[in-house]
Amino acid sequence: MMVQQGDNNSKQPGGVRPLYFFLLIAGVVGLFLLNIMLGSVDIPLSDILHVLTGAGATHEAWQKIIINIRIPRAITAILAGSALSIGGLQMQTLFRNPLAGPSVLGITAGASLGVAMVMLAAGTITSIFAIQQLSVLGSWLIIGAASVGSAAVLLLILLISIKVRDNVTLLIIGLMIGNITIALVSIWQYFSRPQQIQDYLIWTFGSLGGVSLEQLWIVALVTVLGVAIALGLSKSLNGLLLGEQYARSMGLSVTSARIWIISSTSLLAGAITAFCGPIGFVGIAVPHLARSLLGTNDHRVLIPGTLLIGAMLLLACDIIAQVPGTTTTLPISAVTSMIGSPVVIWVIIQRKNLQASF
Amino acid sequence: MTDSAPIISTHDLAIGFQAIRSRHTPKTVASGIDVSLSGGEIVCLLGPNGSGKSTLIRTLTGLHAPLSGKISLYQKPLAEYNARQVARKISTVLTDRVTIGNLTVYELVSFGRSPYTGWFGSLESRDREIVEWAIESTGIEEFVDRDILRLSDGERQKVMIARALAQDTSAIMLDEPTAHLDLPNRVEIMQLLRSLAHETQKSILLSTHELDLALKAADTLWLIGREGNLVTGTPEDLVLDGTFESVFRQDSFDFDRSTGSFRLHHPSRQKVYLQGDQVGVFWTRRALEREGYRVVDSPDSSLQIEISGTDEHFRWKVSNGDSGTETHSSIAALLAHLRNLRS
Repeated sequence: MMVQQGDNNSKQPGGVRPLYFFLLIAGVVGLFLLNIMLGSVDIPLSDILHVLTGAGATHEAWQKIIINIRIPRAITAILAGSALSIGGLQMQTLFRNPLAGPSVLGITAGASLGVAMVMLAAGTITSIFAIQQLSVLGSWLIIGAASVGSAAVLLLILLISIKVRDNVTLLIIGLMIGNITIALVSIWQYFSRPQQIQDYLIWTFGSLGGVSLEQLWIVALVTVLGVAIALGLSKSLNGLLLGEQYARSMGLSVTSARIWIISSTSLLAGAITAFCGPIGFVGIAVPHLARSLLGTNDHRVLIPGTLLIGAMLLLACDIIAQVPGTTTTLPISAVTSMIGSPVVIWVIIQRKNLQASF
Repeated sequence: MTDSAPIISTHDLAIGFQAIRSRHTPKTVASGIDVSLSGGEIVCLLGPNGSGKSTLIRTLTGLHAPLSGKISLYQKPLAEYNARQVARKISTVLTDRVTIGNLTVYELVSFGRSPYTGWFGSLESRDREIVEWAIESTGIEEFVDRDILRLSDGERQKVMIARALAQDTSAIMLDEPTAHLDLPNRVEIMQLLRSLAHETQKSILLSTHELDLALKAADTLWLIGREGNLVTGTPEDLVLDGTFESVFRQDSFDFDRSTGSFRLHHPSRQKVYLQGDQVGVFWTRRALEREGYRVVDSPDSSLQIEISGTDEHFRWKVSNGDSGTETHSSIAALLAHLRNLRS
């Protein structure tokens, strides 16, 4: 992006990158419209464009569906896809591990614990604490709890990462911490009342449709903040690619970079997990897709690329999850895992060696 | 050497590892270090394994905290500089292997501009000029667009040196830059560093295991001894005054001043006297020493070998007291004959 403007060095890579970015943006717009069109009722594109431009749809019901359900849902998909992918990208660079990601390292599990604490503990008085009924203040509470939960797990893993230099070992430790977190949640569930458990269980299936318009502003704000931090970190993230010692020798402050990376990832994973439930595999798979497509590890290019591909992937997954033409809706986390896992396998086979593609 | 003020100097520096918990004591690796680095000189840091070469390099670059003593960078304590300021004065090439891919050589070298670029790391035209100069100086132009994963070890090391050059510092410190390289690459890297030091007036410090190369390429040697002391001097002086020998003396081999190389010890050593063509004698001597013979200067030994002929056709005439003489046309045949004599 920045590298090729107005100089005579024609040998520089990335001459096709602007085209890729154009296609990616077009892809996001296309899938956004398709996502709004398809669902239990198919709505023609012309009506959607009318609503989007403020002209109104041919049917009053469609107008309501588009404004109150479909658009918030599609925007949630874009936010969740971008946020989780950017979180995953930062994890992979920080741990220098191609398999790192919010769900693998137990960060989403940490967020789940935070949410469980709010839902199950507060719910001992009343079960009104279901996410859908949350007030704006309550939304902040649950985002806060989820972010604290994910930050706690991330900090723990970071502390261990100082002692354990081996990536595979660290990954296994992350998985184990995730397991412990999940175990804590299930013990809590065991002692909770059935109604609360049901609320929590539905939350764990993941859903992009549960975010109200007011809550959407909060999620959007947190996502923009998290992504902005990540973009601001791109120089540090580039330095960290060569390892911490090299980053320091090039004048980068590794400690503050680590703190910012943790903050950004916790906010991103926490906010999305709080409102959409634990959505797996987007965080791992998308950064690899972005690297393969853009052919670079330069975060100044990779972050925007990852953001767009993440948005596209989750919009597409959501279209599948809604099973167009039926009233059935599949849990979004199941769909992302079903699509995300083969993608990871495909990347590994393509590159023979995941470490090398990283 | 230049007589201008040194870039880096230390006074009574002790290096090692801080106590992790209160009941541990700090582990001192080397102490009493008084050294200085000036522009335009190449310094090789030598020492046995575990003597603290890497620790010293990382301490001087500010990546590792000293145990005690002073490090000055341009007459100001190193600790008073922040990371970015240090990175504008000292760059480093570490032993850490860069394992990532999806990054071109140009992109990697341009990361060296980090201490100068803004928060987003965008390159200005001045940065670009320096990156291109670094690429040219290290001779890596032909693969600037290649993914760093597809480089050979020697190429990768040159790229890392180019990245350090792009940092535009007055000193470059390299930890074992020739490790894992084959001989031609080792020599090439040393020549590159030497010419960089002399042409750019940068000060270059490198640690190495290659005594041969260090003796040939360094303007100054820093030797870390077994007792954690550091001796500095011109290579030849250190050889002649025996310092070199004492640092690297081991039970199984020692350093031979007359040849500048290592000699294996052997328990029982039969004396042999060599005479004849100079080149022939040199290589025959190496072979015989490897076999456990001691080459003596006086012809009073019972075993004598005379080397004759030139132009790649040498002959070895062995006379062994009572058993008469025999002539061989190769060192292999000579050694086989000597082994027969012994058994």
